[in-house]
Amino acid sequence: MSSTEQKKNRWASGVTPYREMGYWRPDYEPSETDIICVFRITPQEGVEPEEAAAAVAGESSTATWTVVWTDRLTAYDNYQAKAYQVIPIPGTDQYFAYIAYSIDLFEEGSITNVAASIIGNVFGFKALKALRLEDMRFPLHYIKTFQGPAHGIVVEREYLDKYGRPLLGATTKPKLGLSARNYGRVAYEALRGGLDFTKDDENIGSQPFMRWRDRFLYVMEGVNRAAADTGEVKGHYLNITAATMEDMYERAEFAKELGSVIIMIDLVVGYTGIQSMAKWARKNGMILHLHRAGHGTYTRQKTHGVSFRVISKWMRLIGVDHIHAGTVVGKLEGDPNMIHGFYKTLRDAQVAANLEEGLFFDQDWGSMPGVMPVASGGIHAGQMHLLLHHLGEDVILQFGGGTIGHPMGISAGATANRVALEAMIKARNEGKDILHEGPEILQKAAKWSPALQAALDVWKDVSFNYESTDTPDVIPTPSV
Amino acid sequence: MAFHLTQGTFSYLPPLNDDEIKMQIEYALGNGWPMSVEFTDDPHPRNTYWDMWGLPMFDQKDPAAILYEVNECRKAYPRHYIRLNAYDPSRGRQTLALSFIVNRPANDPGFNLIRQETSNRQIRYTLHSYATDKAKGERFTD
Repeated sequence: MSSTEQKKNRWASGVTPYREMGYWRPDYEPSETDIICVFRITPQEGVEPEEAAAAVAGESSTATWTVVWTDRLTAYDNYQAKAYQVIPIPGTDQYFAYIAYSIDLFEEGSITNVAASIIGNVFGFKALKALRLEDMRFPLHYIKTFQGPAHGIVVEREYLDKYGRPLLGATTKPKLGLSARNYGRVAYEALRGGLDFTKDDENIGSQPFMRWRDRFLYVMEGVNRAAADTGEVKGHYLNITAATMEDMYERAEFAKELGSVIIMIDLVVGYTGIQSMAKWARKNGMILHLHRAGHGTYTRQKTHGVSFRVISKWMRLIGVDHIHAGTVVGKLEGDPNMIHGFYKTLRDAQVAANLEEGLFFDQDWGSMPGVMPVASGGIHAGQMHLLLHHLGEDVILQFGGGTIGHPMGISAGATANRVALEAMIKARNEGKDILHEGPEILQKAAKWSPALQAALDVWKDVSFNYESTDTPDVIPTPSV
Repeated sequence: MAFHLTQGTFSYLPPLNDDEIKMQIEYALGNGWPMSVEFTDDPHPRNTYWDMWGLPMFDQKDPAAILYEVNECRKAYPRHYIRLNAYDPSRGRQTLALSFIVNRPANDPGFNLIRQETSNRQIRYTLHSYATDKAKGERFTD
């Protein structure tokens, strides 16, 4: 617009740029109760980044494409989201846009409502080539409106009577096709050999080759046999994911009746479904495992979608006890720094901003329990030192192929993993530098454990060294 | 195969000798975790409350003194399970940080899995420790 042209009045009918409607507020200081988002925006050519950021703020809060007089019936200054900072990302056409939202915009205790606002309409907005929700800062005021994990790490450990080491699990393989009777055998062998948990895979529902009720019955026979063989508490994540909530409740109730300590759901059941099951799980004393099925469709690409860090925060608030969060060394996507960031987000009470780990904000979780992260996908006993170094102690290490594919059988595969883990924990506690001495420590333990020796021999050269697609862009900037 | 109870942090390793136990004690004390000794002749996995060998040693910072208590407990209860616990009292934790068995009975007959068949193919499972067929104090004597 030329300097002689009359600037359009904010309230005149017609289209006003978002930045002139109050959605771009470079002077705004977020209040301690605001919810803050950082988006990675890629504006269309010719669209100023400030206008693009304002458009995101507008479309994710009160705005529509044209001026409406009914805004003036509201305390619109409160309800309008405020983009207050855009930072260019060097070497790209992208920007980080910081946007603050009043806490009043969100229903208490509802991730579904948060998602409907923050990622509802705005991701299809034409003025942007691409848009990614990188991180969110939730004020403690809002966090306190959520139940949080049905049990959390501490209660789970006490419930299982397992301390001082990561837990061990395995996903039953082949993931599809086994009959219920054969499936229960795999669970039994893995548990009696030394694993704490076995697991249904994400796509196990109630197929023709194995109906859910039969699976539950045979698996619980295996779980109880293994408990008798070892004197330990054992569990199998019974996947109750189904087409309707009514079906899920029916399966969950049956798992409870059979005495299972844990059930499982897939991320694809949706935020409302997950939160309903989290409430059910707390009410019924059942640990709730979440398999993040489907997340790769929107978390993996850097320029568009939602970061897994945000999904981690949402799932902690929603109330799951377990969530798959990456392995660093396995077969699935995961930059080490980013995964450290996810693990902190899931477990810690206070998380400090750390741009190298993709953490844009300080996050105070108050007294909300932590979620147990699960590392799964292409890991084996020979990596135990790396896993413990990167992932710490409060984690479930899941060796599916790395248990069931063992040359001496499933039970020996489980024993190999448990021996490797305990030997590494013992060495770490003794002050050894496990990152460098790890292979030596494993070899030493293998001298008296033929099962471990066989595992080390068969998988010694397996690694998955590919470039990660989702890596942090570190820009030195003061964060909120 | 003889039954081997695998509760505790290090049950898949060869038994820790006193030097090795001392290193774990040093690790726990280095983290500020007070230690305690507990014993039982009822190894059921839901037997949460093993008997306490005195109170948790909140103020004991000497690893040798803690190892001494382990050995005193072993002398008094040579045929019991004995475990050494490290407790993390920090906010948001307030639970055990480490717990491992330091003494075992020579011969544990293990568990019987009792199955009660009910309707609709369901089975009610119960674990029963064979040792607890005998009175407390008379177990693991064979």
